[in-house]
Amino acid sequence: MIATAPPVAGLDELLLAMADDEFVIGFSDSEWTGIAPMLEEDVAMSSLSQDELGHAAALYALLGGVTGQDPDAIAYDREPGAYRHARLLDQGRGDWAMTIARRYLYETADSVRLEALADTSWQPLADLVGKLRREERYHLMHVGAWLERLASNDGEARHRLVTALETLGPHAGTVFTPLESEGPLVEAGVLARPMAELEKDWRTRVTDTFEPLGLPLAPATSDPWLGRTEHGEAFRWLWGEFTSVRRSDPAATW
Amino acid sequence: MGASEADVRAVLATVPDPEIPVLSVVDLGIVHRVAVRPDRIDVAILPTFVGCPALDVIRATIAERLEERFGRDVRVETTFEVPWTSDRITASGRKALREAGIAPPADPSDMHCPFCDSANVVMDSAFGPTQCRSLFYCRGCRQPFEALKSV
Repeated sequence: MIATAPPVAGLDELLLAMADDEFVIGFSDSEWTGIAPMLEEDVAMSSLSQDELGHAAALYALLGGVTGQDPDAIAYDREPGAYRHARLLDQGRGDWAMTIARRYLYETADSVRLEALADTSWQPLADLVGKLRREERYHLMHVGAWLERLASNDGEARHRLVTALETLGPHAGTVFTPLESEGPLVEAGVLARPMAELEKDWRTRVTDTFEPLGLPLAPATSDPWLGRTEHGEAFRWLWGEFTSVRRSDPAATW
Repeated sequence: MGASEADVRAVLATVPDPEIPVLSVVDLGIVHRVAVRPDRIDVAILPTFVGCPALDVIRATIAERLEERFGRDVRVETTFEVPWTSDRITASGRKALREAGIAPPADPSDMHCPFCDSANVVMDSAFGPTQCRSLFYCRGCRQPFEALKSV
């Protein structure tokens, strides 16, 4: 894919944040392959992860077109501190309820973000977003059904879901961490609206689902500017996993 | 060897999809653009799914077949210029799918069993063995079956 339009200031920051989000959640969820609670979910989680990693690859390719870097090098050759995914995705795989809670919070946020990019002025991204939204529809259906299923149970399933939402809640808004170059991106029509406005829309939607189910709402993010830069131990472990082949043989192909 | 766009498309109609070999890339509706130049043939294809792992094989097979047939360079690019949608699958493609026991894409409320044509079917899971397939169960003939996702 060739990036033809002149890069807009901040485009690289936006693409990196989106690509890293998809890359990290894709790798985290792929840990369920072989050990999911039931066979259908083993298949589903593997397929979802494959989708997310595919989305990440397409976004890294767009980014590489803008910056002139090799997409694989962007994905694998950075130190853990240089990744820009949301802290929501940093908490380790956890149990099934944790995975469903994280996927729900992330997928709903991602869909609000993709909507805000549907008419982006940068055509290569507009083309890709059109395609991503068709696939993410299935992701939302899947995780929405699981959220209701766990929430509607009176026993352990609900208890675990509530615990997971309470753990992840404080980090949920980090998908909307303001970008340094947000002003120019909005001005150039790349991004429809600032992240803070998108976050409000997302909170309204999540509230509409959570209130009837009696689920705890995500509190405001305490340090919103650090939402994509402060990665913890769980991410360092994941980083070690997903870079292990690359680090052992940088020229390996598979 | 001389080549017209129709000649190129005729060769593409013999390139199978590696995950569903009963379908050619033409039946699948992923051929977006063919440009025949004196020194080169350019083909643009549309990925069915963004992360489709079969894309590299499809690209390589297309290039190999066209180079062999027309003796000139072939460039195959993937593009999202227009999104691939499941209604791009041709009528003969839908028929070939059914014959292979895979239901062609349909709204879940309008899904029919590829074996007995019953509409008394339920979706087991939206996710199947490949990114583009879902799992269903037919209550008519009591067979599980796969269906192409509607996107």
